[in-house]
Amino acid sequence: MTALLLRDLKLSVRAGGGALIGVLFFMTVVAVIPFGVGPDLNLLSRIGPAIVWIGALLSALLGLDRLFQTEREDGSLDLLLMQEHPLVLTVLMKCLAHWLGNGLPLVIASPLLGLFMNMNEVAIGATMLTLLVGTPALTFIGAVGAAVAVALPRGGLLVSILVLPLAIPVLIFGVSASYAAVEDPAPFMPPFLILVAITMFFAVLGPLGAALALRNAGD
Amino acid sequence: MIKILMKVSVMRLLAENLGARRGEDLIFTDISFALGAGESLVLTGRNGSGKSTLLRVVAGLLHPETGRVTWVSESAESGMRAAEACHYLGHRNAMKAELSVFENLSFWKEFFGDVEGGKGISPGEAAETVGLGGIIHLPFGYLSAGQQRRMAFAKLLVAYRPVWILDEPTAALDVNAESIFTALINAHLSGGGIVLAATHQPLGLENARELKMAGFAGVAEGRW
Repeated sequence: MTALLLRDLKLSVRAGGGALIGVLFFMTVVAVIPFGVGPDLNLLSRIGPAIVWIGALLSALLGLDRLFQTEREDGSLDLLLMQEHPLVLTVLMKCLAHWLGNGLPLVIASPLLGLFMNMNEVAIGATMLTLLVGTPALTFIGAVGAAVAVALPRGGLLVSILVLPLAIPVLIFGVSASYAAVEDPAPFMPPFLILVAITMFFAVLGPLGAALALRNAGD
Repeated sequence: MIKILMKVSVMRLLAENLGARRGEDLIFTDISFALGAGESLVLTGRNGSGKSTLLRVVAGLLHPETGRVTWVSESAESGMRAAEACHYLGHRNAMKAELSVFENLSFWKEFFGDVEGGKGISPGEAAETVGLGGIIHLPFGYLSAGQQRRMAFAKLLVAYRPVWILDEPTAALDVNAESIFTALINAHLSGGGIVLAATHQPLGLENARELKMAGFAGVAEGRW
């Protein structure tokens, strides 16, 4: 199983792996906002956490459709399905590798983009923390969409559309926890804990659903 | 040559009344066979007659419409799927073009693990066995189609599986490579393995049984 994790990590940093593409897209989306909104520093710092979160959400969705499709194209998926290892575990490993390759770089890049949005240290820290906790949920939810659309050519946009409604709660609680850290009356912990709960819930349900979809893809 | 240590044991791959559907059409019905240690079955028939479909059903990648595939062996725990005892070499090579041949083979070796009854050889030896020992450091994508096919075949050697399911193993191969493959398949058989292959070219296997696929069984019998 660790072999699968290591292989997928290697693939994500090699040519065509797409780990950097996600970060670049994230930076592009967030970096153009100050130009569009104008040099109103108060406004920027107020919308900052939301913009960073939306940027992260969109870039997390960007590479998801390739999660199983590359495996299917070269025939590896057949062999992954045939083994003794529980398929749920195999999918979980692939999700972890995908998050380490595509999600974690977004988390690491977020403080820099926070500076673009004139956010203070607390807001930057809170956004980074909520992204760290919330982005795995996006990967787990996305795995189900990627597994359903695995046999479709050019299923990329379809995966995003399938996955987006399920990802909205992650966005809501991620953003509200980030705001709660800077705006005094709102407590930080409740939305943050709900975000943690969402991630743990989908860490179980996502691989299960994806494994079921892959088993029945049947072709 | 390939060295596989084998315990002599009772193993059988059983297929009972298999029928499969592709879309709306029944491709074949009522196919049964039993293969024991050292036996091989070669599927022949024209394009579209259902050879690949049958192989995918046996490998557990397609749900059969009727019937089932079972694997019987002394060492098998109850509830072991037949697919777990099989190597499947399909049309696609299941190797990553971005990774080197060595990385590919060692990943599969570790991920497959050995089924009880034998041991796989190291990636270096496997590449040597298919006659490409010197280029194991190259990215898989740099190899020619024939070399890629040979390396995909080397994948069968790095982990032990009693059953080999081969879908046109000799496509894109030169005569020399074909004879290497035949020797490897024969070695697997004499070591007590089972081979199930679909092919257009004669593989030159000793005492192989042949199953001729007619295709569109349902159409011929007026039921679909």
